[in-house]
Amino acid sequence: MKAPDFQYQCPRTLNDALVQLSSDDVECQPLAGGQSLMPMMNLRLAQPEMLLDLNNIAELSFIREAGSHIEIGAMVRYATLLESKLIHHHIPLFVQALPHIAHAAIRNRGTIGGSVALADPAAEMPALLKALDATIEVVSKSSTRTISADDFFLGTYETALRSDELVHSIKVPVAISEHRYGFYELARRHGDYALAGVAIGAHSVEPYTNLRIVFFSISDCAVRAVEAEDALNGKLSNDSTALGNALETLSKLNYYEDANASSATKNHLARVVMQRALSKLSTAVS
Amino acid sequence: MSGPLHKFDRPNSYIGRSVVRPDAKRLVEGQGNYVDDLQLPRMVHAAFVRSPYAHAKIISIDTSNAKSVTGVVAVFVGNDINSQVKPWTATLTHLKGMRSPPQLPLADAVARWQGEPIVMVVAQSRAIAEDACELVEIEFEPLEPVCNTEIAAQRGTPLIHPELDSNVAWEREVVAGDADTAMQGSDITTLERTFHFGRHTGVTLESRSVVTEFNKSDDTLVFHYSGQAPHMMQAVLSKHLQLPEENVRVVARDVGGSFGIKIHTYGDEIATAVAARLLCRPVKFIADRLESFSSDIHAREHRVHGKIAVNKNGEIVALTFDDVTGIGPYSMYPRTSAIECNQILNLTGAPYKIENYYAKGTVVFQNKNMMCQYRAVGHPVAMAVCDSLIEDVAHEINMDVVDIRRRNLIADDAYPVTSATGMKFNELSHHQSLDSLIAMMNYDQLRNDQKSDRAAGIYRGIGLVSMVEVTNPSPMFYGVGGAPIAAQDGASIRLDAAGALHVSCSVTEQGQGTNTILAQIAAEVFGVDIDRVKVTTGDTANVPYGGGTWASRGAGIGGESVLLAAKALKDQVLDVAASILQTSADSLDIDAGTVINIADGAERMDLGELGKIVYYRANELPPDIKPELIATRHYRVTDYPFVFTNSAMAAHVEVDVETGFVKVLDFWVVEDCGRVINPKLVDEQIRGGVVQGIGGALYEECLYDDDGQLLNATMADYLVPMAAEMPDIHILHVETPTTTSNLGAKGAGEAGTGGAPAAILNAVNDALRPLDTAIHQMPMTPERILKALYPDKL
Repeated sequence: MKAPDFQYQCPRTLNDALVQLSSDDVECQPLAGGQSLMPMMNLRLAQPEMLLDLNNIAELSFIREAGSHIEIGAMVRYATLLESKLIHHHIPLFVQALPHIAHAAIRNRGTIGGSVALADPAAEMPALLKALDATIEVVSKSSTRTISADDFFLGTYETALRSDELVHSIKVPVAISEHRYGFYELARRHGDYALAGVAIGAHSVEPYTNLRIVFFSISDCAVRAVEAEDALNGKLSNDSTALGNALETLSKLNYYEDANASSATKNHLARVVMQRALSKLSTAVS
Repeated sequence: MSGPLHKFDRPNSYIGRSVVRPDAKRLVEGQGNYVDDLQLPRMVHAAFVRSPYAHAKIISIDTSNAKSVTGVVAVFVGNDINSQVKPWTATLTHLKGMRSPPQLPLADAVARWQGEPIVMVVAQSRAIAEDACELVEIEFEPLEPVCNTEIAAQRGTPLIHPELDSNVAWEREVVAGDADTAMQGSDITTLERTFHFGRHTGVTLESRSVVTEFNKSDDTLVFHYSGQAPHMMQAVLSKHLQLPEENVRVVARDVGGSFGIKIHTYGDEIATAVAARLLCRPVKFIADRLESFSSDIHAREHRVHGKIAVNKNGEIVALTFDDVTGIGPYSMYPRTSAIECNQILNLTGAPYKIENYYAKGTVVFQNKNMMCQYRAVGHPVAMAVCDSLIEDVAHEINMDVVDIRRRNLIADDAYPVTSATGMKFNELSHHQSLDSLIAMMNYDQLRNDQKSDRAAGIYRGIGLVSMVEVTNPSPMFYGVGGAPIAAQDGASIRLDAAGALHVSCSVTEQGQGTNTILAQIAAEVFGVDIDRVKVTTGDTANVPYGGGTWASRGAGIGGESVLLAAKALKDQVLDVAASILQTSADSLDIDAGTVINIADGAERMDLGELGKIVYYRANELPPDIKPELIATRHYRVTDYPFVFTNSAMAAHVEVDVETGFVKVLDFWVVEDCGRVINPKLVDEQIRGGVVQGIGGALYEECLYDDDGQLLNATMADYLVPMAAEMPDIHILHVETPTTTSNLGAKGAGEAGTGGAPAAILNAVNDALRPLDTAIHQMPMTPERILKALYPDKL
């Protein structure tokens, strides 16, 4: 379990990193918190030619208010998010969900940008960003693009990010008082990847409006249950017919089975987590 | 407490007190000396190419690219290493009919499990060795893997060893009374269940680790390893590397957990010793986590079909079962892989009066990693089978699960008792322990709460187990069958010139606090402060000959040897003191490092002064006094093959019937391990054991696919129990000291692991009972519980 040999660069500016990344001479793998990449390298599942360490790029570590959004730099660590007053005031879904992401030691290193760029289908962050209708700003040496979370995550470890681009920041709309959020995951041990999980955002309840119901750890990437959202939008929370209809639509999702759960079990658990998360959607401001 | 007050019951006795571990500070501060901390001049590092197939012919191996990597010292294929080794065969003569083919360190012609070592690369660093491993090209011809234990035993299944006529390694039947006849009758209720127990493994924090030095000049080998039986390893290395035993030194310094995992002969470790000898350089091999999962022994893969019969009074009239277990392609050397099954045949139902008993065990070879003895060998299966049948049948006849146990547990005053399987029991306290458990857990209140919870849609369950644990084994365990495994242990204690004691003992410390309790015993019995006692264990060059620490024998056997040596040394010292003080030895005692008068307690002489006279100024002694300030004693259990302990345990769980998740709310243990030497350490042993038992019941399983591929060989995928999910574990002790020794200590290391799975299984099924379903498979994963709840949907 020793990584194969690799080259290493540790630029101090974003520009230097992007120049290196755009070079055709060597294949670069950006290194953020390293909580997934380093084990993958030690297991020799990842064998990058060069590690491009982003940890010294100060300009990627910020949390700031920008009008109706909170902007979060790619290198902000989970632990920093949890400590941030801005996050506590404006992104209550993060406050609910972040304690479920791995363990304290991992949250001390793991970054929001790293999780977004990796797109692990079992990770919470892609689902949270979809539920929040967030956007992801990506940069290359020559351009800047803004991609909605809905369009960013394409499949298992697959995103819209090009090989010369880095995640620069995440823009999350601030919550207002009518907004409601829910999060529920079933992990056998606290901090494990879940057997099934869901993140939910709604502009209102009674009736539900603009619901975003996003599952993780059931399919090849964070997946929105659009039909379930449609079945519930405009309906009251005690409308059991609507809820029943919404639950039934979940059987159409594309479940990936793993060693711990078959597709049928994943479907069953998806129903449970959605119901549980819906039953206690909390208010916007924590 | 039974029996009269003992000297050790004094409030200021070291024995019976939670003395802080003298080595705790060193370990917590990162000053431990583990094998991987060892850096020797000219040392090189080993890595292994392991079989990617569960069963495959090795057609050809090309090592040329690997050899050309800068920093590679040697690349060894099977014959390079195997030709230097006398093959080992893991059978024991007292396991009649047992067979297993000879085994060598590296697979040569055929690989028989995924993870079996095939090629060894030795390089300047482990990273370089791993680079070179990737360049070794092996051509395989895959063979049909035989993985399923029940299929492996059937006729017509491909043979894992063509020289044998079947894949069966060992079979045994135990018959007592007439179970068939006893099960007939109108007032008899019978109940049958099939149990499946998943494979799991020990997951030591420190992985298997070896550094081997070979000195060509004097033909000596030093084997630094992380293990628990140095003298056994010395004998194994001597025999199979064909070196005189006295030329092999085995050293186990600090050991980061062992649990029975590190007490076996592993091909990669033997290959490391051979490589050191061939290269005349120290070679280090540290198993990485992937290798640990695929080559550390696994345990507990059993399918048991059991049947119980009770009369209308709830008395067990018969118990029968048949156990099939798969052990991998070879029996593990030298303890063999049949002991686990044998324990199940011997121990199932052991706490109860059962006259009619039938048990059959079948041990089969299969193309999975090897299985052998892991903490609480056989006990988790034996206890779960019997106590699950008892609780299920109790419900059949509308009897409370405590009541049915009271009707069947052997009476506390009935001992000695020989069980249906021939086990000899003495000085057990099943009833007292159960009574104490019921009071501690507030059983009646829990039952009442359970009813109201169920009405509210909350499914909570209570499950119990009454159990025995094999501890303090005599030679009847292994030695009798021809294994080079000592059942006796020895201790030497020396008084130095400054008045301190130096204890060396053949039992080992692997993190559980053995050295601490040895120091407590020496300090107490001899009469010095504990900080004047230094303990050495784990080095064949520096300790008396003995078996090491396994089968819960460290305290009971090693501790007694220290007690005997301390008594002997005390007598020797008092003889010298009497001569110096011109009095009689029997008027003197030693207390807190000072020779005192027994009569008035007056201080007569500091031991440091005595030491200085003996060692520096012996001219002051009369010429006929020949001081011996060192004493050695050995101890073995003679009256019984094993000294059994007993416990009663209970679990309280909540099952989320929508998700299949189980939350363990509380766990209670009443343990009778005889004299408790250090309550905190015993409690730690029990708690750690219970947690490992909960692991087996709810989380841990080595998952293989049909092709024999291990699917979850990482710490992210193989779930060990973690603190956040663990309940409070409440512990009480009943102390019935064993009369087989002066110390009275029985073992305490394995009870928690042995009993917890049964209690958890019973509690889960108690929670599920109103839903008219049950589960008899471990681990009880969410998906398995959901399938039990919704068999039509999932």
